[in-house]
Amino acid sequence: MNFETVIGLEVHVELNTNSKIFSPTPAHFGAEPNSNTNIIDWSYPGVLPVMNERALEFGMKAALALNCQISQLTHFDRKNYFYPDNPKAYQISQFDEPIGHDGWIEIEVEGKKKKIRIERVHLEEDAGKNIHGSAGYSYVDLNRQGTPLIEIVSEADMRSPEEAYAYLEAVRSVIQFTGVSDVKMEEGSMRCDANISLRPYGQEAFGTKTELKNLNSLSFVKKGLAFEEKRQARVLLSGGVIDQETRRYDEATAETLLMRVKEGSSDYRYFPEPDIPKFEISNKWIEKIRASLPELPQERRQRYRDQLGLPEYDAMVLTLTKEMSDFFEATLENGADAKQASNWLMGEVSGYLNSEKMELGATKLTPNNLAGMIQLIADGTISSKIAKKVFKELIENGGDAKEVVEAKGLVQLSDPAQLLPLINEVLDQNQQSIDDFKNGKDRAVGFLVGQIMKATKGKANPGVLNQLLKVELEKR
Amino acid sequence: MTKLYDLDLVTLHEKLTTKEISATELTKATFDRIKETEANIDAFLTLNEEKAMQKAAELDQAGITSDQPLAGIPIGIKDNIVTKDLRTTAASKILANFEPIYDATVMNKVYQAGLIPVGKLNMDEFAMGGSTENSYFKTTKNAWDQTKVPGGSSGGSAAAVAAGQIPVSLGSDTGGSIRQPAGFNGIVGMKPTYGRVSRFGLIAFASSLDQIGTLTRNVKDNALALNAISGYDKKDGTSANLAVPDFTAGLTGAIKGMRIGVPKEFMGEGIQKEVREAVEKAVITFKELGAIVEEISLPHSKYGVAVYYIIASSEASSNLQRFDGIRYGYRSENVKNLEDVYVNSRTEGFGMEVKRRIMLGTFSLSAGYYDAYFKKAGQVRSLIKQDFDRAFEKYDLIIGPTSPTVAYGLGENINDPITMYMSDILTIPVNLAGVPGMSIPCGFAAGLPVGLQIIGKHFDEATMYKAAYAFEQATDFHQQKPTILGGIAE
Amino acid sequence: MAISEEQVKHVAKLSKLSFSEKELHNFTEQLGEIIDMVELLEEVDTTGVSFMSNVTENLNVMREDVSEPGTDRDELFKNIPEAENGYIKVPAIMDNGEAGA
Repeated sequence: MNFETVIGLEVHVELNTNSKIFSPTPAHFGAEPNSNTNIIDWSYPGVLPVMNERALEFGMKAALALNCQISQLTHFDRKNYFYPDNPKAYQISQFDEPIGHDGWIEIEVEGKKKKIRIERVHLEEDAGKNIHGSAGYSYVDLNRQGTPLIEIVSEADMRSPEEAYAYLEAVRSVIQFTGVSDVKMEEGSMRCDANISLRPYGQEAFGTKTELKNLNSLSFVKKGLAFEEKRQARVLLSGGVIDQETRRYDEATAETLLMRVKEGSSDYRYFPEPDIPKFEISNKWIEKIRASLPELPQERRQRYRDQLGLPEYDAMVLTLTKEMSDFFEATLENGADAKQASNWLMGEVSGYLNSEKMELGATKLTPNNLAGMIQLIADGTISSKIAKKVFKELIENGGDAKEVVEAKGLVQLSDPAQLLPLINEVLDQNQQSIDDFKNGKDRAVGFLVGQIMKATKGKANPGVLNQLLKVELEKR
Repeated sequence: MTKLYDLDLVTLHEKLTTKEISATELTKATFDRIKETEANIDAFLTLNEEKAMQKAAELDQAGITSDQPLAGIPIGIKDNIVTKDLRTTAASKILANFEPIYDATVMNKVYQAGLIPVGKLNMDEFAMGGSTENSYFKTTKNAWDQTKVPGGSSGGSAAAVAAGQIPVSLGSDTGGSIRQPAGFNGIVGMKPTYGRVSRFGLIAFASSLDQIGTLTRNVKDNALALNAISGYDKKDGTSANLAVPDFTAGLTGAIKGMRIGVPKEFMGEGIQKEVREAVEKAVITFKELGAIVEEISLPHSKYGVAVYYIIASSEASSNLQRFDGIRYGYRSENVKNLEDVYVNSRTEGFGMEVKRRIMLGTFSLSAGYYDAYFKKAGQVRSLIKQDFDRAFEKYDLIIGPTSPTVAYGLGENINDPITMYMSDILTIPVNLAGVPGMSIPCGFAAGLPVGLQIIGKHFDEATMYKAAYAFEQATDFHQQKPTILGGIAE
Repeated sequence: MAISEEQVKHVAKLSKLSFSEKELHNFTEQLGEIIDMVELLEEVDTTGVSFMSNVTENLNVMREDVSEPGTDRDELFKNIPEAENGYIKVPAIMDNGEAGA
């Protein structure tokens, strides 16, 4: 039997406000445990929460960027459960009137585009952190308690781990563009829980789902789901049933392991938070936030295609992260040709970042020096081949492209007066190749070019060289 | 020397500004008085003697001027109001050794006014109860008859003022917890409009109903005290950003033409005969003062108790979850694992009534019951509020009894929660609607005071004080004193 | 509606409270009576009546996103039953499925 995979994702994103969502302590955590906490974070008797305006607006901004409707009447609810990192024993969250609902985001997998629906985007507070000791104790640090979060809940619209990966990539990219979060999964500012179930093709009802946790990177999400997809299929094919359970992804083995079986649905006893008055969000307010949205990846992609004439693929890759896309645009502003800039960013630059496991911002490359280098190629000062050397210098040590080229003596030889003696010298030494050429073997030209390049340490301008060589060969 | 403990705030202020007495003398006299009477009343859980004396000395040094009407005056604080470095227990074992590290907003206002907090007052645990018998620590006695309950939950706040231990106290009122004990002790107790006084630093019982208020022996004192603690607080999202009028401005005695409604539901079955008669006499007094008094109806008020016990218990079940034995408060000794920390600390730390409310609240919010209980209650609450809104379109005030009965005997209802709950039937609708309510003395039944409840429009405490003052001037109930305060036993 | 002892046990579990058999029995009875009392509400027609969670007429109450330093840590730890090296200390957390989001 063949099964169809059904995946829904719950993504938590930390908002980068200055202060916490309901208390004024710093929302970025200090190194010392419990050092960025106050009586409100500790839930001392008598304290009350007051909403952070920016957190609400960031929530709206993210919801709008994800094409959500904004709930014009919205409020907070209490989600009740006891846990050491949850000092009130309730989390202030949103239950039935989330800030945003009914959104969507477009993904593309293997050239096929698909809209994934977003059920809701709601605001809530983060919990503290539990650290598990070895001697029968756990330790609680409340620095993270109260950090503003949005939870983005997708519909169960994804049908493969690849789609889930593409969805997460797209969500990350959109949120990053809005600037409300740095969405780094590795650092926990973006977190993902995945629900996955299988059903026979053609069946409408969903199968029993499992929930995957501890998916701390995009690739773990994909790997965890791929493992779980196979595991569930194996269970079902052998006549077994899937238990509704929570499983954690194990990074070392790339497997999912049972964490706990869900006893029915948890009874969180949600009810409206009486300490926080409701919010009435006017159209004017929504439009103000909408107007503050920057150009989003989708729009940029379209502009790159339509106005810059870039291929679809380039437009997509360049807009995956805001950093790359902004870098690209700045490179253009510094005078570079769009396709050239795209080629460099998608090729050498991405290759370098991958192999060095670095982020663009951590290198010495700047839009200015990259554009400078592209200009030197365009005006024939350096060859593409030489440019790779220049590039390595720029990305590792920085500096101005022109200065690097001059300092290292990498200027291209384009002057026939300089090239002709070298060409003739090589021809003199390679009579055999001249004969081959005369006999119609074009390969001989390639060999001769190589020899001349060698003699010029790669600095000969290939175009000029080819032209001159042809003329000189004809003369022989 | 005059009995300082029997004087009102205006007289005390006069004596302090003319230096007839010093704040130090007054504070010292207050502690003497407390010590002399405490064995009979048992109103205080913690005394603040050292710091109070220090504060008094500071005030004497600086000098008290006429623009500080409350400076140097001793005040008692209900023990669910958080006081920095002064033990705050909410009368619960779970907070028996709790030393707050911050002051409630009302405490900052108390300090700004120059009031001197002399101690923390007994109450029903977490303000849950109407007799102060649910305190973990002690049973406070009615100032008029020490075999009777003082009412509750602000029983300590009421009995201490009525017995002359202190001239003014702060209480909190979630379903009648200021008005009912004020009524039982023959004093003036005001529960202001929801949002008038900041709740920041009030240990929450039911967040949508709780409100801090003032207890005094006469109306003007009460108005002065409420002026001192009212006002917007940005730390409380439910606090009202409204200017606070001078509540003493309208105390002229003139209420001619004032329109007063008497809900028939407040005067019917279940109301003790003597109580009803006292209120009927009060109606006559108001009419004599020129007010227009008419019968009205608050048809949904009879559902108030049911609505209240669902909403208040539900909110309480959530509010009291923070008492988990982890960051502060009682932790059970009997702990083998984390679950024990939670379950044993809470089971050993909370008293029975608190557990009963937590259980009822948790049940009302639990899956499958939310709509039938919590949601339904929230809808009926809307109807109750609409009743008041409608009445206040036509009337300036609503009056009726504060409680169906006068103070009952200690231990009499302790095992009968429903009877206990029903005794709040006349005060609860006021909290549900968020309007202000107060109790003033209006008579006696078998030697025990009867309270007259006056209910006002949202943020219109001024009109209530005006009417209460006129009534007080026209009657002598407030001048009658319990034996402990020099009154003559009947 | 009567409430069963099983339901009372479930509610106790959610509330992190435990009761002796006798207490459980009494509670079941008392809660049952209280629930009977509140079921009086069934007779009220609430069709189309809005749900009220708070009487406050405040709307959109927010504070500016300005951060303030935390409370002094020694102060925060003043009332704590057990702590170590700046951490709140608890017996080991066994994941029993209670954790929320």
